[in-house]
Amino acid sequence: MAHILVLAEISRHGHVADSARGLLALASRLGDPIAVVATREPLADDLIARLGSLGATQVYQAQSEQADTALVAPQVEALAAAVATLNPAAVLLSHSFDGREAAARLAVRTGSGVLVDAIDVRTEDGRIIASGSVYGGNYLVDSTTTGMPIITVRPGAIDESAPAASAQVISETVTVDAAKAGMIDSYNDAPEVSVRPELLGAKKVVSGGRGFGSKENFAMVEELADALGAAVGASRAAVDAGYSPQTTQVGQTGVSVSPDLYIALGISGAIQHRAGMQTAKTIVAINKDADAPIFDVADFGIVGDVFTIVPQLIETIKSRSA
Amino acid sequence: MRIVVLVKQVPDTADVRRLDVNNGLLDRDAGEPIVDEINERALEVALRYKDEHKAAEVVVLSMGPENAIKSIRKALSMGADSGVHVVDESLAGADALLTSLAISRALEQTRFDLVIAGNESTDGNGGIVPAMLSERLGVPLLGFLANVEITEAQVSGERQGDDGTVNVHAGLPAIMTVTERFDYARFPNFKGIMTAKRKPVETVTLAELGLDAAEVSSLDRTEVISTAERPARAAGTKIEDDGNAAATLVEFLATNRLV
Repeated sequence: MAHILVLAEISRHGHVADSARGLLALASRLGDPIAVVATREPLADDLIARLGSLGATQVYQAQSEQADTALVAPQVEALAAAVATLNPAAVLLSHSFDGREAAARLAVRTGSGVLVDAIDVRTEDGRIIASGSVYGGNYLVDSTTTGMPIITVRPGAIDESAPAASAQVISETVTVDAAKAGMIDSYNDAPEVSVRPELLGAKKVVSGGRGFGSKENFAMVEELADALGAAVGASRAAVDAGYSPQTTQVGQTGVSVSPDLYIALGISGAIQHRAGMQTAKTIVAINKDADAPIFDVADFGIVGDVFTIVPQLIETIKSRSA
Repeated sequence: MRIVVLVKQVPDTADVRRLDVNNGLLDRDAGEPIVDEINERALEVALRYKDEHKAAEVVVLSMGPENAIKSIRKALSMGADSGVHVVDESLAGADALLTSLAISRALEQTRFDLVIAGNESTDGNGGIVPAMLSERLGVPLLGFLANVEITEAQVSGERQGDDGTVNVHAGLPAIMTVTERFDYARFPNFKGIMTAKRKPVETVTLAELGLDAAEVSSLDRTEVISTAERPARAAGTKIEDDGNAAATLVEFLATNRLV
């Protein structure tokens, strides 16, 4: 069976990134999934077992002195070495910050085409095809490449898991040319250790707009999100007004989300915002303005005041779960 | 210090953007072509450095069809010193691998201490061309920065990560990409608009970059197999709040197993 390489990102705290499950699931659809890891020390047994449980039949561990200090370059060297040794049919990476830079640099090394931000991958007539959702989900585009495809996969797009395997370890050593890499000085952990789900890949999202009028009032959005176990989002207007951090911005610029439930509070629904959320399975909108364009895409719309309705919602939801 | 800012002309995200369903390529007639906003933020970084260091030179480089000159002139009117326009018919529909090859050659010819780009365009959303340039040119990339400090010798800043941010640095020459954490760009003033017309813009073809058809066609290519327009979303139930709307909504969510 064809080898399919997956770049398994490992957090600096030693956890396998959430993206690995979906990537290995896709890889097992296409062939024999092999996890590639760049690491300074040999991988701990439990980490190898974890990758096996996610479907990796082999773990290619590329050890590099610079694995913790050089930016992305160790991952590129690890992948390049694995491609040379294992001659894979495709390489899959997360469309994350590190993942897409590694994909791009590997593509130049191997002269391969990159298919970005795939939401699904399949084989058809011996070719590997990636599906992407373009222009805020207005178009579905299938693409392929003439050689070995390098594919970045949208975080959270894949629900399935690969059958568990018992991973064999291949060990290799790689060197990084530090002069050609950005260097890592230190890490700043996410400021608050939030129990809230990450916006990207969240099953439920509650977003607020400029209608809240202040950062204090915006706390109501967070409260409803917590009651629902949802991630917090914001419109660009709310971010620009300083109600919510830029990392919560949903839209054409900012994060694109595709949750099961998206609740838009006091958001008018400019075309740029809709581009980041209109592929949600169910959309709920609450807005004072009955003509707000958000209602055109909402499955359930309420014309009314968020300051009246949101507290009632929070109370009703809390009493249900109590 | 010679700073090159990469600029991409894209359809305005405030307009309806369309793909040609026959070839999967951008329908350039739909949507007003403008400078991608993230590139204006990138330009602002360069212009602020120039505000402090008068000897610094800011060059804008764009690859695109004939009318991309409009975006180069816009950048010049904001304060860039000169422009480079990579334009060639055989670049129409170029994928990232080919785009990065052409731009890397143009950057080698133009020379640079620092290249500043946007983290990703609003029409492609790939965010991979800057990393390809870094690999082709053999210079470090600091991508997805939230802030930056530029000195004569190095560039440093805070990079977005998947769990928190990372403080990073690289010696020059280097490439960096900005995210939306950077400020909006300044507006062109009257003097800027007037002088932009006289600023030099060099137009280069693939042949002038030393690339021939054989080299271009030897690259692996990404190919669009099919493009389907998704049916527009239909509006569902819309109610006026009569005091019970919250309860009705919770019922709706419960019925759909969303609460």
